[in-house]
Amino acid sequence: MKKYLIISSMGLGLALLSGCATNKAQYYWGEYEGLVYQTHIKPEEALPIIQIEKLQSDIQKAEAANMAIPPGLYAHLGLMYAANGDKSLALGSLNKEKELFPESTQFIDGLINRSINNK
Amino acid sequence: MLKNLFQITFLLILISGCATTVEPYDYTALKESSPRSILVIPPMNNSVEVTAPYSFLSTITAPLAESGYYVYPVSVIDSFLKENGLPTPAEMNAVPLEKIDEIIGADAVLYVSIEDWGQKYNVLSSVTVVKGHLQLVSVKTGMLLWDAPIFAQYNPNANSGGGLVGALVGAIVSQIAGEITDNTPLVSRMANNSAINAKKRGLLYGPYKVIKEK
Repeated sequence: MKKYLIISSMGLGLALLSGCATNKAQYYWGEYEGLVYQTHIKPEEALPIIQIEKLQSDIQKAEAANMAIPPGLYAHLGLMYAANGDKSLALGSLNKEKELFPESTQFIDGLINRSINNK
Repeated sequence: MLKNLFQITFLLILISGCATTVEPYDYTALKESSPRSILVIPPMNNSVEVTAPYSFLSTITAPLAESGYYVYPVSVIDSFLKENGLPTPAEMNAVPLEKIDEIIGADAVLYVSIEDWGQKYNVLSSVTVVKGHLQLVSVKTGMLLWDAPIFAQYNPNANSGGGLVGALVGAIVSQIAGEITDNTPLVSRMANNSAINAKKRGLLYGPYKVIKEK
């Protein structure tokens, strides 16, 4: 009898554990999405130079934590470099986005070509 | 007696979990298309809150990427579309899929509509609400791959206690604080996470998902 009770309570424990368990993040998110918010809603608090500083610091923190850089971060950093007038660093960041996520290639190449053709 | 005990335990195991009574989503189209990349178009806003689309946009990359998809850089995409003659989300939502395929090369587009957004002031408390709908569509075929309603609400004063006076003070404090800090990204994140990670109806994992051994 006691044995069955133990088995039953193990079952109960399983029932409680199952379900809403969340996975640990695979990317280091840092400030990226907060900066997206500020870019659109409080742009005066998110000048390119400030964003560049925060994103660079995130990249270092991600490396230190041995976590992956999220999709979009390097492209966003590239946009900030471009807004700051730093073309070669902008290109470097955009290429880094392509290297990490080849799905971005068509879009990033288009951005690069158009910005070169326009200037 | 023992048999009953076992049966009850079994039932409990079945009933527990996030939502086991829901009808499972039909993933046929999603599995067939198996997209690698998702382009999030800035949401259509049917709420009265003008900041809703961009507040939302700052909360959608993480849950999609953590599910294993490449998510195009939302701000870069937005400024790209604006520079190309599409100043508002309404116009961005009308871009033909062929154009998206040609210029961006995304496998799937996430269309978002926002129905209700922001703080609701009641006499004794204020609640932040996010309500809307997500639709993932194949760029190549135009077929619906996955969709889900999003909803969450948050009451910063819940369970604060303190009776009527406490509730009144709480309402005033959170309304004043609401001027300074915007709770909507937090609530939007809750809404997106629960829709995307919902059991049986959530978004299936994409190619970048790392399944860690425990």
